[in-house]
Amino acid sequence: MSVLNVMNPVEPFLRTDRMPHIWCPGCGIGTTVNCFARALIESKIDLQSLALVSGIGCTGRVAGYVKLDAFHTTHGRAIPFATGLKLANPKLNVVVYSGDGDLSAIGGNHLIHAARRNIDLKVICVNNLIYAMTGGQTAPTTPGHAITSTSPYGSCEPAFNLPQLVEAAGAVYVARWTTFHVKQLARSIGEAFQKKGFSFIEVISPCPTLYQRRNRLGDGLDTMKYYKEHSKVKHGASTSEVGLTMTGEIIVGKFVDRDRPDYQSLLHAQMVESLGERYVEPSENVCSCS
Amino acid sequence: MKADPRGVLTGTHFIDGDHACCEGALAAGARFAAGYPITPSTEVVERFASRVPVVGGTFLQMEDELAASITLQGAVWGGAKAFTVTSGPGFSLMMEHIGYAAMTETPCVFVDVQRGGPSTGLPTLPAQADMMQARWGSHGDYEIIALCPNSPQECFDLTVQAFNFSEEFRVPVMLMMDEVVGHMTEKVVIPPADQIKVVPRRHTRKSVEDYLPYATDGDGVPEMAHAGEGYHFHVTGLTHDERGYPNMTPQTQDHLVRRLQSKVRDAADRICLLEEEGIEGADVVVISYGITARVAQRAIALARGRGLKVGKLRLITAWPFPEKRIRELAAKTKAFVVPELNLGQMVREVERAAGGKARTISVPHAGGSVHRPEDILKAILEAGR
Repeated sequence: MSVLNVMNPVEPFLRTDRMPHIWCPGCGIGTTVNCFARALIESKIDLQSLALVSGIGCTGRVAGYVKLDAFHTTHGRAIPFATGLKLANPKLNVVVYSGDGDLSAIGGNHLIHAARRNIDLKVICVNNLIYAMTGGQTAPTTPGHAITSTSPYGSCEPAFNLPQLVEAAGAVYVARWTTFHVKQLARSIGEAFQKKGFSFIEVISPCPTLYQRRNRLGDGLDTMKYYKEHSKVKHGASTSEVGLTMTGEIIVGKFVDRDRPDYQSLLHAQMVESLGERYVEPSENVCSCS
Repeated sequence: MKADPRGVLTGTHFIDGDHACCEGALAAGARFAAGYPITPSTEVVERFASRVPVVGGTFLQMEDELAASITLQGAVWGGAKAFTVTSGPGFSLMMEHIGYAAMTETPCVFVDVQRGGPSTGLPTLPAQADMMQARWGSHGDYEIIALCPNSPQECFDLTVQAFNFSEEFRVPVMLMMDEVVGHMTEKVVIPPADQIKVVPRRHTRKSVEDYLPYATDGDGVPEMAHAGEGYHFHVTGLTHDERGYPNMTPQTQDHLVRRLQSKVRDAADRICLLEEEGIEGADVVVISYGITARVAQRAIALARGRGLKVGKLRLITAWPFPEKRIRELAAKTKAFVVPELNLGQMVREVERAAGGKARTISVPHAGGSVHRPEDILKAILEAGR
């Protein structure tokens, strides 16, 4: 018998010594990691200067599976941690990889303020519409009427429309895809790396174990069919019209792609204006190593 | 290692404790602060925001204390020395991230300029009622270091010391100021940079292949790497093994949590800084810290004027608690008198360490002002009886 020694192209980006991962069969998070790795290959990002920061939850575990400088922080605080990392070492490319509950509920304040400041971060938000790690509770993204473990009779709360939220707060790049759109997602991640400023990519992703099952939406495969049939690509769509419902259309595409100075450019300009030659660039003097 | 002269404002100054704390941070090499305004601590970051752009560093005013207390840790992993400054309500919000710093062994400094509590309490008036919170405020078992300055000069000196301890042991260090010390203006002498000892980051010299982020030998403190250097390490607040990988077994938990504790406790003799005066042959020893130690000084003088043998012991380090020294003194002292601006926090530690060998008398004060020396004197007289 001959054994083919073929390596998966994304393997060098993964901590294979930590496999198998904890994600359930049919979960979309692994798919997003695959797209992320492919985007890294295609965009030829220098891996040494790439850092990844996650919060807590199923998507928060991404930091533990990528072979990068990767930080698994506290619940909701991936963005402020990433802000400190980026400002202390501006040469780093910093990616925030976390879930909808982490980024938009407990971390919602940091999400809007980082977008307002236009900190140069690439945020990948895997939105499975619930808190999955803790057993499928209602999240700010849960569509109306959906059954969750803490809305057993259906959720009555209006849900966040995340693209609209981050656009209003100031993001320079906003896109949404589902885990069915693997090529488009990888391309979007690559585009975000080309942007300077706060970029936000929402990835609609199934949680067959807790969301799909409770709402009788079928298994992972059924969800892929649903994403395929109900997604509509609308680049440049007004983000006010891309809100999600439980069984309706999913508008995907690149909604926002604009330029405005990022935080570090603004800081530099302000300091030079006020201090002139007295201003000392932070990057010249930050490391306190022996 | 000597201080970088660019951050050291050598000279004799007439400044308050908050400003002196900022100068201490700059002298220690801090080039990053994240903060959120809160009385009576705000002057520290106001000065830092003004000073750091000409030194080469960053101040970022965050949206809240939750953000400030983790932003600074991101900066540390990016290579900076970093700190934040707050007071009671903000300190409460920072507790989770003190635990994260302890668990991930992120060297950093949290300054708490204590005011009256609970809740909003007395924003502009002093207290020392966060002492137990500094030690136990985050969940789980962990160890921190806490220092208590009693003058603007010490706000400078102990801020440098706080950074040095944080780097040496890779622990979060609390600088437990109080409103009076923070807002009191006195002479502060900042020495030349080459006379200020600065502990550098314990950065690994190992190759990428040989580096294990949480492997230790000797003193139980692991070597650090920074993001962007090619080490491709993983940091998590989950229980982790030497590789930094999550490993949620009772064995790994036991090994890790005990090491986090012992790396500090085993060095307690060196970390526990005390000021002692007139202890030999004293019948009564007054144990105090921060601003209260200066009021106690007056009470001690009054008691000595009445012929009593009274010693003074000032806790410069509150945590780890200097229990060994207290135990020694308990064997040859009639009583300890412990005034503090709370209803009895550190006195519990004194009582525990004394183990019944010496009487322990609390002189509580709910905060809002300092003690009257007469109240401490009364306790000394009772103790000497």
